[in-house]
Amino acid sequence: MSDPVPLIVIGAGPAGLCAAAEATAAGVETLLLDEQTAPGGQIYRAIGRASPERQAILGSDYGRGARLLEVLDSGCLDYRPSASVWQVTPEREVYFTIAGQAQSLRAERIVLASGAMERPMPFPGWTLPGVMGAGAAQTLLKSSGLLPGGGAVLAGSGPLLFLVASQILDAGGRIAALVETTPRGNSMRAMPYLPAMLRMPSYLTKGAVLLARLRRAKAPHFKGAHNLSAQGGKRIEFLRFTAGGRDHDVPCSLLLLHQGVVSNVQITRALGLAHDWKPLPRAWQPRLDPWGGSALEGIAMAGDGGGIFGARAAELQGRLAGLDAAYRLGKLTQAARDAKARSVQRALAAERAARPFLDRLYQPAAEFLNPADETLVCRCEEVTAGQIRGFVKLGCLGPNQAKSFGRAGMGPCQGRVCGLCVSEIIARARGADVQDVGYFRIRPPIKPVTLAELAAMACAGPNDAK
Amino acid sequence: MQSNYDALIIGGGLHGLSSALHLARAGLKPVVLEKDYPGRHASGVNAGGVRRLGRHKAEIPLSVAAMKLWREIGELTGEDCGFTPCGQVKVAETETEMAGQRARVESLVAQGHGHEELIDAKELRSLVPTIAPHCLGAIVCRDDGAADPFRTAMAFARAARAQGASIQDGARVQSIERRDGLWRAATAQGRFAAPILINCAGAWGGEIAARLGEPVPMRTQAPMLMITERLAPFLEPVLGAAGRALSFKQFSNGTLMIGGGHLGRAEPARNATHLDFAALSRSAQSVLALFPALRGLRVVRAWAGIEGVMPDGIPVIGPSETREGVFHVFGFCAHGFQLGPITGQIVAAWAQKKPMNLPIAPFRIGRFA
Repeated sequence: MSDPVPLIVIGAGPAGLCAAAEATAAGVETLLLDEQTAPGGQIYRAIGRASPERQAILGSDYGRGARLLEVLDSGCLDYRPSASVWQVTPEREVYFTIAGQAQSLRAERIVLASGAMERPMPFPGWTLPGVMGAGAAQTLLKSSGLLPGGGAVLAGSGPLLFLVASQILDAGGRIAALVETTPRGNSMRAMPYLPAMLRMPSYLTKGAVLLARLRRAKAPHFKGAHNLSAQGGKRIEFLRFTAGGRDHDVPCSLLLLHQGVVSNVQITRALGLAHDWKPLPRAWQPRLDPWGGSALEGIAMAGDGGGIFGARAAELQGRLAGLDAAYRLGKLTQAARDAKARSVQRALAAERAARPFLDRLYQPAAEFLNPADETLVCRCEEVTAGQIRGFVKLGCLGPNQAKSFGRAGMGPCQGRVCGLCVSEIIARARGADVQDVGYFRIRPPIKPVTLAELAAMACAGPNDAK
Repeated sequence: MQSNYDALIIGGGLHGLSSALHLARAGLKPVVLEKDYPGRHASGVNAGGVRRLGRHKAEIPLSVAAMKLWREIGELTGEDCGFTPCGQVKVAETETEMAGQRARVESLVAQGHGHEELIDAKELRSLVPTIAPHCLGAIVCRDDGAADPFRTAMAFARAARAQGASIQDGARVQSIERRDGLWRAATAQGRFAAPILINCAGAWGGEIAARLGEPVPMRTQAPMLMITERLAPFLEPVLGAAGRALSFKQFSNGTLMIGGGHLGRAEPARNATHLDFAALSRSAQSVLALFPALRGLRVVRAWAGIEGVMPDGIPVIGPSETREGVFHVFGFCAHGFQLGPITGQIVAAWAQKKPMNLPIAPFRIGRFA
């Protein structure tokens, strides 16, 4: 293998772009690998290519992303889009495929900025054709200007649900109904966290603007909806739920679901890093130091992959990780790193303070965390919540045994979709803590790789049997 | 102190669980001391090959006896363990390999073993229609097959418990001593004592033997396996190759498993394994050499298990030669799965001081001294 690259940043969203910006500004030769065809990550998807009209629809936040792209002009940056990173090892080897060609590079330091994913929202019928993630619909809107044909029903909870609804309306689409599943008691339970939130008033005003936009559109808006089920034969025909003490059947051909985003922990899990279960957002977070550093020498994480604190926090975390990488690579003194970091750290603390309120307010209802028996939880291998509870009765203690008992989490997505849910179901069924029940051991490759790509990786090792 | 046991079994892998089942069936009360949970390591994550084909000559009698138990595995354990007698095939790609295979089959037949059979290119193609055209023939074991390893371990565990065995999860053995005619083990789950001690600790078996004052030159290895996405059924038997590190099988759900001894790195002290992608790359090359049409097939998962390997490539099976009341069953060198049902029977015969019907002398622990 050739000389190591000083720094590899994985992911060109806000965190990765900012990490690369700080590192290259300090003179660190940086390789930026990104899965997408264009920089910006999920939040600023295709930002460099969006027309002024589409930028207007997608809002001022989206325009903010454009400034992040300035780093791409740096002479120290090697930016490679359409790179599917399928393995990162503790020895800092990064394996990736571009245009069907697999390769590996070693780095002195790595900043993982692999981001978030939508929290899956399992309930009976959620796997019917015509049901998809609201984030996925937003992706289509951002990258291709694609709108749902006919009217869409949106169901779930969290700020992105309102944002997507408002963006669909602005783009000329129709919302057949907005079905909010945030449990009625959440706002009371979130009150203790409100004072910290008020330090960041922009979030509240933004929320109010979105709600007003939806009211003007006069889309039916149901609150406190529960007992959801998607009904239909070959595809979804209507959404059934209870709200306001009555049962509702809302006809729909497209149901968009959303209940927040969570860290995508496939890379940090595959690296074997320790993760903590965070009861408020009900999600896992890799254990990191204030610079984003992990227990593995030279491997740091920035942005949503280390816990969800929003796009601005991701930028700030990216800056800290980039500054620290520059310091560790001898391009900044410790004093210079600390001086540059001070205002970033203050801003980050303010961003983080808003989070517990949002996490509590939009905590998903129990029926989507620990769903009814008939709900398909592992879509790849078609394992239901009831089957997983059955495994526990047979002595299954955790997700890794659930793989062996009934293949839960063993399909091509490697448990990315069902992982959170499988851990919660087993914890409830055992009466144990989710932390103790643990998570799937994530096996490489973290993204599927073809036999031809693997075979063509021209390398020879001395390490085979016999 | 819980001393109402007849045997302490260290290790809840297949050999420990099979020992527990056979001892319990004989009316004894064993306790399995498992540091993690049953089937956590090699027993639960191996390739599941139920194979007599290609065995070391010393292992053949045990393997043949084990095969009889596999055919009735439901009677022994109460479930089928996913066993299917789909056959095993070992392909020859060159004249030299073909000649080697012919010599092996003739020598086995001369010793009275008819399970391995030589077939020509035409019959190979009828068994494996998609195989690359350069293949010249193969050895087949028509009623060898494969089973589901973790299900098998669980089935033995359940059956052993049903017969009165105790299985302790999370019971890492901290100390072992012999006092007043009993072996006494202090574990994370309490203290246990019994007149006999069975070392079925797999890749940790060498460590246990050393603690008993009987060190062996065992190494640990991490053989790697890969699983692909699903594919329409095209391969019935388990397939290996004379000249390549390859073992290849299609499951009933359509996924392919690719193994054959490509090694990662084992870290037994941390229960951890690390993959070697250069070796996995060669593993993928072997598959494509025999099945070029699979180029676009995606690998969805790769892993490794931790194995104990002896210098001569065969396990340690037999009584301690220095300590009273100890029997060793470990170091299976990545081919112990098929032998699981029979090793328990060997342990039970020894524990009851019954005559040993199988030739286990080649596996004695003292052979390295």
